[in-house]
Amino acid sequence: MQKLNSNDLLMLAGSFHGMHAITKQLCPNPPVPPAFSAPAANLAPSPFTHRPTGIEVLETSQFRMQCFQTITGIKFLLFTEPQQPNIDTTMKKIYELYADFVMKNPFYTVEMPIRCEKFDRALDGFIKLRG
Amino acid sequence: MSSSQPGGSGLRYPSNKKTIYDRNLNRSKNAELSRAAFAYLFIEMINLAQKNAKDVGDLEKRLNSQGYPIGVRLLDLLLTRSANPLASIRPTRILPLLQFIAQTLYRHLFGRPADALERSGDDPSQYMLFDNEPMVNTYISLPREMSNLNCAAFVAGIIEGVCDGAGFATEGVTAHSVGVQEEGKEGKAMWPGKTVFLIKFKKEVLEREEMLARGGG
Repeated sequence: MQKLNSNDLLMLAGSFHGMHAITKQLCPNPPVPPAFSAPAANLAPSPFTHRPTGIEVLETSQFRMQCFQTITGIKFLLFTEPQQPNIDTTMKKIYELYADFVMKNPFYTVEMPIRCEKFDRALDGFIKLRG
Repeated sequence: MSSSQPGGSGLRYPSNKKTIYDRNLNRSKNAELSRAAFAYLFIEMINLAQKNAKDVGDLEKRLNSQGYPIGVRLLDLLLTRSANPLASIRPTRILPLLQFIAQTLYRHLFGRPADALERSGDDPSQYMLFDNEPMVNTYISLPREMSNLNCAAFVAGIIEGVCDGAGFATEGVTAHSVGVQEEGKEGKAMWPGKTVFLIKFKKEVLEREEMLARGGG
């Protein structure tokens, strides 16, 4: 597979973001939150539980693209082979690495490209271990 | 004195009637703290130090001075807490002091002893304390323009505080990354974050040490 440079990645992320926003709007009738039935009724309604998620998986005969969105709106895109198992756990682990080595890094500025040596190294190690 | 008197002595009485003086000094249970909480706190400490720092050296100095008061206090705290009454005397010689730092202090702060302790070959006043993976640097990746910064300068400040508090004046304790230098030997470094703390004692400390050695300690 051809390696993508950071410009390609930005373009890919940009077009995906647009697609994601559109698919979010496509949900015709948002489910009404159940009123006073759950034991958690005394809690303030979470804005996240009933929000349409938008596109999550894109599958072709050649690859599968999984999107994982954190509750703060960060999107992770993972490109795999269509038969790849355990994508959810892989995603969770990547999110964990992100939380550790990016968010706990004092020199990372939020919403900037991630250039953290330890994140790259940990991610590399994790993916190689899986592969 | 009863607990129903509010503001009588200024001492707070919790509901179980046990004040801070009733508690055991050697609490080891529940003494561990969240690493993530520390990481976020440390981020803010670095940001604070970065605010007015002119360059990397200045930033390290600021981190050092944040750690210094902790070291001064920890020396007394750890000695008071030591189970063996003979061990609660302040170290009077250099080696016991360094052992105290590498073992007791390190265990208290990071839950493990330091990785190595050496005396510099070309400067007898200089000692080197090695840490293969400083806990404070666990999540920190340095940007390229600050590649010679080592945030373990904070730990260096703690060490300096302990040395000063025990009466061993230092010219300064500094933290240096040495993991990258070793990289050339075996391709990939085993400990990329390896850090050495250089502890340089003042001349009078060494003179005193020599006198004590002659007098049989």
